Amino acid sequence: MDLIFVNLIDGLVTGLLLFMLSAGLTLIFSMMGVLNFAHASFYMLGAYFAYQISLAMGFWMGLLLAPIIVGVLGAGVERYGLRRVHQYGHVPELIFTFGLALLIEEIVQFIWGKNNVAYNAPEILQFSAFAIAGNSIPAYKIFMIFISVSIFIGLLFILTRTRIGMIIQAALSYPRTVEALGHNVPLIFMGVFGVGTGLAGVAGVIAGPTLGTFPGMAFVLGSIVFVTIVIGGLGSLWGALVASLLIGWITTFAASYNIRFEDILLSVGFSMPENMAESPFRDIWNMTTPQIGPILPYLLMIIILVVRPHGLFGKRDA
Amino acid sequence: MRKTTKFGLTTAIALIMGSTAAFAETVKIAFIDPLSGPFAATGTNGLHQYEFAVEKLVNEQGGVLGGTKFEILPYDNKTSPQESLVQLQVAIDQGAKYIVQGNSSGVAHALTDAINKHNRRNPDRRVLFLNYSAVDPALTNDACNFWHFRFDANADMKMDALTDVIAQDPSIEKVYIIGQDYSFGQAVSAAANAMLAEKRDDIEVVGDELHPIGKIQDFTPYARKIVASGADAVITGNWGSDMLGLGRAVLENGFTGPIYTYYAAADGITAAFGETGKGSLRLVAEGQINPPASERAVAYYEAFLAKYPDGNISQPRITNVIEMLAKAIEEAGTADDVVAVAKALEGMEHDGLWGGSMMMRPEDHQLIQDVHIHAHTDENITFDYDNSGYGLVSESNIVMAGLDSPTTCKMDRP
Repeated sequence: MDLIFVNLIDGLVTGLLLFMLSAGLTLIFSMMGVLNFAHASFYMLGAYFAYQISLAMGFWMGLLLAPIIVGVLGAGVERYGLRRVHQYGHVPELIFTFGLALLIEEIVQFIWGKNNVAYNAPEILQFSAFAIAGNSIPAYKIFMIFISVSIFIGLLFILTRTRIGMIIQAALSYPRTVEALGHNVPLIFMGVFGVGTGLAGVAGVIAGPTLGTFPGMAFVLGSIVFVTIVIGGLGSLWGALVASLLIGWITTFAASYNIRFEDILLSVGFSMPENMAESPFRDIWNMTTPQIGPILPYLLMIIILVVRPHGLFGKRDA
Repeated sequence: MRKTTKFGLTTAIALIMGSTAAFAETVKIAFIDPLSGPFAATGTNGLHQYEFAVEKLVNEQGGVLGGTKFEILPYDNKTSPQESLVQLQVAIDQGAKYIVQGNSSGVAHALTDAINKHNRRNPDRRVLFLNYSAVDPALTNDACNFWHFRFDANADMKMDALTDVIAQDPSIEKVYIIGQDYSFGQAVSAAANAMLAEKRDDIEVVGDELHPIGKIQDFTPYARKIVASGADAVITGNWGSDMLGLGRAVLENGFTGPIYTYYAAADGITAAFGETGKGSLRLVAEGQINPPASERAVAYYEAFLAKYPDGNISQPRITNVIEMLAKAIEEAGTADDVVAVAKALEGMEHDGLWGGSMMMRPEDHQLIQDVHIHAHTDENITFDYDNSGYGLVSESNIVMAGLDSPTTCKMDRP
């Protein structure tokens, strides 16, 4: 029972981290209609920049500066890369971001090497905040929750309560009309791209110390981010949040409890094959939830696409 | 005109003969391991250790057989068995008589099989396979052959050493085994279960789990389960970022007992663990770096650092490969007849640079050597890893580990 509460917190941390990545991506996707394959690479850049800055000026300056650098880089990529490619259609844009992801990975390996780098949480946060039945919750996790929740509230406020937010929302649905009204839509696109990648940068900065900072970190998280925005619904901030938390909890609980498929199958009335070694379904009978945990989000995505193609909170088809 | 042709021809022939003469001057050792791709760091570090060992231990000592030098030829196999076979052919064509490889037992299986066939079909161009890191027990059991020599302790021998230490610790009553879901992780799990049951039947295995390899972003849920199970110790064969992620999550989660590992050091992992791993991380391996076994070991390591300031001697066994090969060539009186060299290697006894004596068991070509349990710490460290101040200190030493371990090897001898 105690473990459930601990898992809820762990899942929340994972989910909120995912949210910071997917929030930017879902805005970019719905606005430009382009899947930014390099989004997770900006997350990786955030971690590496913060590591480099933390060597010279400490963790907190890294937290402050790294996302800004990543955001400016992202805006530059939109302004001088994507915008030029845009006129040739969606496929060149896809290829462009795909190439960019590979390029960033190679550059990171070139500068920082292929090993893990020693990017650690600041000492002031290296203690155990509280413990539930022997399971300690590190203060750093509480800090991660705090940062992500404030970012969500900030984003929600900007998007729904400010003039800029209104224009962005309008530009999402009717870019031509907004342009005709005299707003600089390309500038908005660039700004959203910059903020989106900057958010990915923040996620990298705070995830680097717990999940490890290594050249494969973008790849590990890359595809799950797309799954999140498809489940949540394109362009929906609430959708991104709900889907992220859902995925965070699903993967956490799946890994935490060893539920064997044998038990599930037996309980729904299947009978055990007599000769297990020769049964074609042997692998299914032997599976446990931790083994299939990582694919559950993809399964969920397929179900959502079949049942509700526009996602949980989305207004248009994926 | 004709004169020029003749002259050209003579020059060409002279050049070819000159280069053949040059071939004969060195003993060519082909290094077939990843030099690009995700495991490039490990491969490149290994290559540096080989090049340095050859230079320092053989060439600067005047070579073998009265002046013949060793030469390392690097080949990039991208950790792929298919690519390795292509590179093996290239290496043999370029005159390599000795093949060294270590990263991935999958590659080692492909190579040992290919070399066995090659040597049967081409008795005049035989080569030897000196495996320095691939630890799948099968390579010196069912899949053994006369041409394969293993210089690392195999996974079972390491587990034997680990379980010896665990068995002696009365405070350990519950053990959690976790590993990556592939052949090596399964082998570790099977060996741990079998040996714990044999040595301390009162120890309860409270968890035995395999997770997808390279797919887990966050190991926290696994760490929660480990703590909730009440385990006193963790055993894992994880490597790379899976090792770092698991170790960190377990430690952050408040686990204070020992974590017994195979590969939790060097290549950035030591630096990344830093203070958090102190007191918990244990690593089983041959070769003792701290405290240095001898003046000679200190001088060797210092010279290595002078050449590669960011490097680590993460695979001490590499010096054994080079020293024992040189000794075998001297004993056989030839570097070209690999059968004679192999026979000299069989049963060879050797005192390693890193301390301890070792013996190449003739029955299965498995090097029997001391296996150490190391602790990750920053105290009494002479040579750290990753320039982090942290490194491995030998805590206990199992002399000639696995000397009477059984083998199913039945090799055909030429």
